[in-house]
Amino acid sequence: VSGVDDVAALIVSWAHPGEELEAYVSHSRTTNVRAYQGQVESLSAAEPAGAGVRVVIDGRQGFAWAGTLDEGVLKETLEEARDNAAFGQPDEFAGVARPDGVAPPALDLVLPGLRSAPTDAKVELALELERAARARDPRVTGVRVATYADSYGEVAVATTTGICAGTEAGMCYVAVSPLVEANGDTQIGSGLSAARAPSALDLDRAVADGVDRAVRLLGATKPASRRVTAVLDPEVTAEFLAILGATLSGDAVAKGRSLFAGREGELVASDVVALISDPTDPGAFDAGQVDGEGLARRRVPLIEAGSLRGFLYDTASGRRAGRASTGSASRGYSSTPSVGAPALTLAAGTRSPEELFATVGDGVYVQEVSGLHSGVNPVSGDFSVGATGLLIRGGALAEPFREATVASTLQRMLLDVAEVGADHEWLPGGPAGVTLVVHEVSLGGA
Amino acid sequence: VLDPSLVTEVLQAALRTGGEFAEVFVEDARSSSARLDDGRVEEVTSGRSRGAGIRVVAGETTGFAHTADLSAAGLHAAAEAASAVARSGRPGTATVALAPWRDEGPDVRVLPEDVPKSAKVDLLTRADAAARGAGGGVRQVSATYADNRRRILVANSDGLMAGDDQVKSRFAVQAVASGDTGLQTGRESYGLARGFEFFGDFDVEQAGRVAAERALTKLRARPAPSGTLPVVIKRGGGGVLFHEACGHGLEADLVGKRASVFAGRLGEQVASTLVTLVDDGTVPREWGTYAVDDEGHPASRNVLIQDGVLTDYMYDFLRARSEGRAVSANGRRQSYRHLPMVRMTNTFLVNGTEDPDEIIRQTPHGVYVAQLGGGQVNTTTGDFVFGMTEAYLIEEGRVTEPLRDANLIGNGPEVLALIDVVGNDFAMGPPGTCGKDGQGVPVGDGQPTLRVQALTIGGTAA
Repeated sequence: VSGVDDVAALIVSWAHPGEELEAYVSHSRTTNVRAYQGQVESLSAAEPAGAGVRVVIDGRQGFAWAGTLDEGVLKETLEEARDNAAFGQPDEFAGVARPDGVAPPALDLVLPGLRSAPTDAKVELALELERAARARDPRVTGVRVATYADSYGEVAVATTTGICAGTEAGMCYVAVSPLVEANGDTQIGSGLSAARAPSALDLDRAVADGVDRAVRLLGATKPASRRVTAVLDPEVTAEFLAILGATLSGDAVAKGRSLFAGREGELVASDVVALISDPTDPGAFDAGQVDGEGLARRRVPLIEAGSLRGFLYDTASGRRAGRASTGSASRGYSSTPSVGAPALTLAAGTRSPEELFATVGDGVYVQEVSGLHSGVNPVSGDFSVGATGLLIRGGALAEPFREATVASTLQRMLLDVAEVGADHEWLPGGPAGVTLVVHEVSLGGA
Repeated sequence: VLDPSLVTEVLQAALRTGGEFAEVFVEDARSSSARLDDGRVEEVTSGRSRGAGIRVVAGETTGFAHTADLSAAGLHAAAEAASAVARSGRPGTATVALAPWRDEGPDVRVLPEDVPKSAKVDLLTRADAAARGAGGGVRQVSATYADNRRRILVANSDGLMAGDDQVKSRFAVQAVASGDTGLQTGRESYGLARGFEFFGDFDVEQAGRVAAERALTKLRARPAPSGTLPVVIKRGGGGVLFHEACGHGLEADLVGKRASVFAGRLGEQVASTLVTLVDDGTVPREWGTYAVDDEGHPASRNVLIQDGVLTDYMYDFLRARSEGRAVSANGRRQSYRHLPMVRMTNTFLVNGTEDPDEIIRQTPHGVYVAQLGGGQVNTTTGDFVFGMTEAYLIEEGRVTEPLRDANLIGNGPEVLALIDVVGNDFAMGPPGTCGKDGQGVPVGDGQPTLRVQALTIGGTAA
């Protein structure tokens, strides 16, 4: 296989006069090991590759993709994209990106230790993870999944408008789901550690998170319905940030699908809220040199001191809004670019989670939420999700609860943020995690 | 697709390091879709993915590799990678004799690939116009048409060879309405294992109107209650309840790892006697239907719960092998790049006897759910949630005011026991995509109108 940049350049060289063409090509290597009861349950290794071709002719856009870099198939794929363009309706804002002079950040996102790690070492990590989880606590009765996985690869984007860019990234993680049991009650935990190279993985922490956080939920009961102050676990905060990111998409705003449309400059959150998308931070797992259209990734302030500063744009949504792209196009080879919200992060506060519990006095600590894909409407902002966690009583964590819901609206929740914790940490899902204190949340239970 | 003698050769090579079982899964998938948004057909897309996944099983260990290169060299390289984990076994030569298999082609009248793209695009513009015509509050409409054809061939070292040619068509409309209470959304989707003839029976304009009316209705909706109430679920609107409340917990891979509340409960009463639950991959043309699963076994109808008693779990090849029993043809994978695991097909509650209107009349105070959205379950505890996307209050036995979106939450075994009336009006629901361990597969669900005596509603009203 020749390099992804050569393949992208080759596809662009097939363009006809008068058509804009963009080739997005990716190639990666992945390994996945699962351990179960002291043995390797499965070991998968693969090198997926593919290309997406976008053609814009007279404002009409067509797209086609193929899961291969075979030259004959790529030629057919371009023909398909061309044919598809004839059925799109003209859009004055459609088109591929143009070079904007912004230099991509210098980032080194594939550490040599990831490329060179032998398969045996990866297998050993998975086996060790399972062993350690079983040994951590006498209440561990089994481990549903103990996984080591990694992936690294290259992406290239080339266009007839002069874009020729690429990005490289890699990461690995270990994940464990221990089953714990006491007095007939069973819980499942999840612990994770992610890094750019296997040597930087923290197995002890993944195991401790997986086991201890499940153990403390044993014996949980349904809480009484009421309005409470909720303290969100960093992972829960990150899940909400991902949804908030979708409402700050310039495309959703332009098409009347965002509750923030037309509100730039307004106070949309409490003054402790400062939100940015910063894929130039090498600590972020979705950091990168360029976006899905080949433009430089950059730092985009979204909310400052509670005031709405701006939105995220790709090329088309930027043109529609009369703005420049913020380098926020997200995609894989099987889809056209869309506006993403990479590396979202809240500015950290100054106090530890324990100090926050003490301040709150009485409330709930939300350790996990479920049903986010069905329970949050990013257009209306209404949300209602399943919640599991611990009561906060007398300024400290107390007994566990389960089978509850927390509900509010995204808008109200942003205004009700009382404090952001100091425990900022990038998580593999994208946004950064941080403990968050939110007043006036509806807790639904018995 | 592939020459049987090459497949035989690759299977034999895969067993050379001592594996006990080898399988070649070949897939050729093509898809096309068109999307309308903001009054314009924004894009028409085509996709193509072709390749093979090879797995080798040695003891409790599975090795897996996949390739997009279907040449002899590409397949042999994948077989070698997949068999690398089997080095603990005794190297040797295996003989594989494949059963003959004949490709019968897809069971549809009009292949989507034979339909002009203009006809697909036309469906979108008709739905858009109908949705926008439904009322002045409709501010935005998007619509998606999608079809795909997936041809698979599975061959394994036990001599099995089988294949399938799966065609699916899907259509969805989403409308956004704006009013004093902000923005609200409504959605309607349909999908079946059918070709383009589907659109001869299915009215896309009606879909557009339904999506718009759902959004408009919600503009005048009040916040959903917070607390525990009786819930009546309309036919075809809540099959996801069973998918989440017990379907996942009856998957043998989770049961085998004791990660299910239903583990060790065969023969026990796990639900109200009104509950008979079936998983059936043979229902003609349904979204979760196939001729053979992704391990080559003919789809079957499996009764999981009969009159409230747990009768069986769902199995794939590996799980069935370790328990020394027959597969239930629930071995599925997202694509040739994935390992198969136990998955549902079409999962549904069979008909009861009650008149659905009578169920509402007999409910003094509660919630009527016309449509549930997606859900999620923790199979270990049985706790699940799912979203209500169209719901109303029931007051004095009548359906009254609309409610805003909220999640319902419950515990699988507890909720199954609390089903106290089941209607006689069975219907399948909209097409679903079920996610498990990072893989998505198409699934169907369905149920007649039914009542759960008490469910927790996660609204914001006191």
